[in-house]
Amino acid sequence: MIHLGYAGRHHAHPVPAAPALEVRNLSIRYAGAEEDALDRVSLTAEIGSRIALVGPNGAGKSTLLKAVAGLLPTPPDRVRIYGNAVGACHHRVTYLEQRSEVDWHFPITVERLVMTGRYVHLGWFHRPGPEDRRIVLTALERLGLASLAKRQIRNLSGGQQQRALLARALAQEADLLLFDEPLTALDFETQEAVLAVLRELHQEGKTLLMATHELDRLEADFDAAYRFDRGRVRPLA
Amino acid sequence: MISLLLEPFEFGFMQRALLGACLVSLACATIGVFLVLRRMAFLGDALAHTVMPGIVLAHFHQFNLFVGALAASLLAATGIGWLSRRESIREDTAIGIVFTGMFALGILYMSSRRSFRDFTHILFGNVIGITGLDLLILAAVATVVLLGILLLFKELELTSFDPRYAAVIGLSSGKVRFALLILCALAVVAAIQAVGVLLTAALLITPAATAAQLTRRLLPMMIVSVAVAFLSCLIGLYTSYYADLASGATIVLAALACFLVSLGIASARRGRVQPDSGVRESGAPESNTAR
Repeated sequence: MIHLGYAGRHHAHPVPAAPALEVRNLSIRYAGAEEDALDRVSLTAEIGSRIALVGPNGAGKSTLLKAVAGLLPTPPDRVRIYGNAVGACHHRVTYLEQRSEVDWHFPITVERLVMTGRYVHLGWFHRPGPEDRRIVLTALERLGLASLAKRQIRNLSGGQQQRALLARALAQEADLLLFDEPLTALDFETQEAVLAVLRELHQEGKTLLMATHELDRLEADFDAAYRFDRGRVRPLA
Repeated sequence: MISLLLEPFEFGFMQRALLGACLVSLACATIGVFLVLRRMAFLGDALAHTVMPGIVLAHFHQFNLFVGALAASLLAATGIGWLSRRESIREDTAIGIVFTGMFALGILYMSSRRSFRDFTHILFGNVIGITGLDLLILAAVATVVLLGILLLFKELELTSFDPRYAAVIGLSSGKVRFALLILCALAVVAAIQAVGVLLTAALLITPAATAAQLTRRLLPMMIVSVAVAFLSCLIGLYTSYYADLASGATIVLAALACFLVSLGIASARRGRVQPDSGVRESGAPESNTAR
């Protein structure tokens, strides 16, 4: 059966020697706003690097992540992902929101929620196969959710919800991971578990762009950091 | 007792009514589950009203009422989808505008012909009057609706509970929503034959709401919903036959009775389990949430 991707075209291959993410002079203003949410922002994330985005709330961190995730319209050529335009390779990018808009009362199991991470690879009309199930199971195990696989998502605690969403991001097998404060509102134990997974992802060569408030961990956990302030960005030494 | 149950179905029109009810239940109660879970219950009622001009035209110009209804409801679904694509018009606003406009068009046409009397069976339904051709069309409609749900199941599911992630992977929630509108329009056309324009929403929403009280899993919810819809039609038909009452009304009231029973069952269950413990519903004897 032919593959019908959601975006209506084949996934683009990475351009050789292109960085995982390149943002050039990107400005974004929300409708009705007085000031730019992003003001001529430029940054580069090499493949396999871990980039921290720091700064106060409302400084533009989430706006940048949303723009890269394709949730905000961006002028062409301002954002290149593995050398391609935003939306050219959806399976390569995943995004974990600060506050998810998941309807946690929807009748679906943890396992199936994580399985939705495979949908970008399946496209229209295809059903998940044994390989997809194996990947989902591995993702559940890595986040300690295997015993909760059959549980309805409405019965998860806040920390378990966050872990389930992270498991979905793993199941997607994306190369560029956009995480918006994934550690806030997690208990210490879950934070450690999530950080361990992030370190593993780094070892696998994934590229990580993460908004964070944990300033004391910057040097240990990241290769570079950018400070956001009212839409402007500068690299932190 | 047995003969009492079998007697009505010795008549051809009652057999056709039963088969028709079965097909209508399949089409409505499955798609209804998505309407309930997506908080779009109002849509079914609105779409039912929009078919009026189609049915009136079909009546005056002597073509099949289904064809008229189908054309009108597809037109309305397209109109709603098209209007609500722009950000300045929310979908519920678009629905409100389109459905009243179409309904008014139907009334206008009726009044121009000075004829309101022929339309009681449109407003209140006439499952007893189903013909062989109607049954064929109903079967086609039910097949298309079920096939649509089967093919789009994972997309319907994902866009229902997490449209943001759908957007991240390039899956357009708008497209899926439009497909749902079209499937819903088909189901509505089927339901109108059974219970009429004014009561159609009941066959879409009440069985699904009943099922949502009884189970927390999507697939069982759809199966229970169909069963409830069919049971309601059966009870409604018997009541209509023996008490000589309007079948549309008896069917809807039977569905309401089912819903009330399910409410009772659900609250009795909650009484036995601690609220939000979650252990019972998941069926997993694991105690991670019970901290």
